[in-house]
Amino acid sequence: MPKRLPEDPRLRGLIAAQMSRRNVLMGAGGLTLAGLLAACGTGGTGTSTNTGSAGGLAPAEDLSDQEKVVNWANWTLYLDYDDSTQKYPSLEAFSKQSGIQAKYSEDIDGNDTYFGKIQGQLAAGQDIGQDIITLTDWMAARLIRLGYTQELDHANIPNAANLLETLKNVDFDPGRKNSLTWQSGYAGIAWNKEAVPGGLKTVGDLWKPELKGRVEVLDEMRDTMGLLMMENGVDISGSWGANEYDAALEVLQKQISSGQIRQVKGNSYKEDLISGDALAVICWSGDITQLNFEEGDKWEFAIPEAGGTLWSDNLMVPIGSPHKKNAEALMDYYYDPVNAATAAAYVNFICPVEGAKEAMEKIDPELVDNPLIFPTEEDLARVSVFRSLDADEETDFSDRFQQTIGN
Amino acid sequence: MSVQAAADKTPAPDKRRGGSERGSGELKEERRRGRMGYWLILPGFLFLLLFFVLPVFSLLATSLYAKPPGADIGQFVPALEFNNYVRMLGSYWPELLRSFGFALIATAAALAIGYPMAYLIAVRLRHHALLRGILLVLIIAPFFTSFILRTQAWKQILADEGPVVSVLRTFALLPDDGRLTATAFAVVCGLTYNFLPFMALPIYANLERLDIRLIEAGNDLYASGFTTFRTVTLPLSMPGVIAGTLLTFIPAAGDYINAALLGNNRDTTMIGQVVDSRFFRVVDYPGASALSFVLMLAILALVFIYVRRFGTKELL
Repeated sequence: MPKRLPEDPRLRGLIAAQMSRRNVLMGAGGLTLAGLLAACGTGGTGTSTNTGSAGGLAPAEDLSDQEKVVNWANWTLYLDYDDSTQKYPSLEAFSKQSGIQAKYSEDIDGNDTYFGKIQGQLAAGQDIGQDIITLTDWMAARLIRLGYTQELDHANIPNAANLLETLKNVDFDPGRKNSLTWQSGYAGIAWNKEAVPGGLKTVGDLWKPELKGRVEVLDEMRDTMGLLMMENGVDISGSWGANEYDAALEVLQKQISSGQIRQVKGNSYKEDLISGDALAVICWSGDITQLNFEEGDKWEFAIPEAGGTLWSDNLMVPIGSPHKKNAEALMDYYYDPVNAATAAAYVNFICPVEGAKEAMEKIDPELVDNPLIFPTEEDLARVSVFRSLDADEETDFSDRFQQTIGN
Repeated sequence: MSVQAAADKTPAPDKRRGGSERGSGELKEERRRGRMGYWLILPGFLFLLLFFVLPVFSLLATSLYAKPPGADIGQFVPALEFNNYVRMLGSYWPELLRSFGFALIATAAALAIGYPMAYLIAVRLRHHALLRGILLVLIIAPFFTSFILRTQAWKQILADEGPVVSVLRTFALLPDDGRLTATAFAVVCGLTYNFLPFMALPIYANLERLDIRLIEAGNDLYASGFTTFRTVTLPLSMPGVIAGTLLTFIPAAGDYINAALLGNNRDTTMIGQVVDSRFFRVVDYPGASALSFVLMLAILALVFIYVRRFGTKELL
């Protein structure tokens, strides 16, 4: 069961008591500064309303029947796009077929930054202007736990039955009540083929002396730490704890201090691969395909021997969205195997829809055997999903990860 | 407006300074002008109130929020949790000091590069309008492209396989495994480069008004070029220097783009990066706010001391 703060009556009572004491003091004018500060600050994080309120957040009234629109926030390069018409063909087809006007925006450039942007409004139950948001597993877990998403009505999404069996029961959303997978991918290792002719097999190979100062790892905690923990023999989907985490963090600390790791980076590691500053990296599978396509076949990606991470991005309806039914219609549309294959042919990530592989035969036969879109059983057996963390773990782990990478 | 007042409206500047000669009409006129001034600053005042003063209070309030037991990520309640400051300063004083250190070096470097540039354009080339225009455009031109793109370009220029590093290696100025990017040196260079125009332009604006006859007078009195510079040009240009150093130092101390792109994860982290990571990654809004507030106060204090020590009355 997801832990939702307002469901704990003791805690709720405690916070409510705190709040009212403060209000009384403020009313008496006893703490003018505190009063002024609190008045200014409520808008600052917008969280006090939520923690102080008696129940959870209520979903917005669904106006889908009156307003035939759906707004979808996604990452860049994540839906089939036609350069010549500057439109998204599959989305156009959806609008034509359903009569629902779909507005697509590439608003999301990072889970953390997007959360920072929308949290205040979500905590107050407000409409953020998006009816579907697309976020990675752990952030989806956080939003669902916080009660920031609406429960989906699977009767409106019959095609959701096509979701791959392995993704149907994720630990952060059993039964997929609040989310559906958009695309998935791996984190693994990659290297410059010319500079590292022998290639790399394990994460430990990144610490070879000849790569000193030319290695970069991801600033996405779950991917970098996940690979490091697997290298230590930990099953990252299992019930590991702080000890296993600390052991991996120590490895990271050591490699940063010694200068073996040049930088810890987000998406921009790609530029360093191109410039040659980075010769070996912990990275995302899709990026390397794309780089090889753009810059000539210079790099090779591999899932490390000890295993790689598997992540997914998930479609969710935010709590304040007044167009849930329209959003569900759109999800249903992309869970149709043909439409799923159309999108997958463009984005080159793992397609989560059963039957899309067969549909791909007609769209682009060459891609049917691409293991980065339709993974082999072997590959899937070698990757794991980083287990969901509870709120305290998440804060503690990301705090110490940030400190280790110098922030 | 009375005839008398109209006549008084444009008194000779020197006369106004001789306070003893003031008539009562002049005093009234001055008061009226004073009131007029208040009206003129009203829009600016309202703007600052809305977009600076209120956010600062919000920041201060957030910096004192507390996390109730069992709260989920991003859930804080209003409180007076001064421990946030202790906690942040205890953990991040090195980054704070480093930020000021880097900003100080970058400011000094920008002054060393920017002053001669401004001097050349404003004084030496005073009568070469075309050359002057071209050089000014060259200083301003970098603003036409994005800050991040320019820093990114630096990364490519200074890359391990790039031209600069290979030349330095050839002349053994850099060991074979040495590098320029991902070092503190690169971060300071990036800061210097990115804020150079903020240094050069105020100094230029100041030197442009410098009366060259004063330099000639210095020569006539047998002062060497350096003495003339030290005793005439430099003191007269101090307002420009002060403005330039402030415009460079303040944003440089809070900058995080340069450190993020050109630095590493060991010894180049600046306080702006920490604020970013506390706010977005760790979702520690109070901590991030406390650090921002400390940064603001520290800069304010440093600027105050600096302007008190070296400043001219025109700035305070």
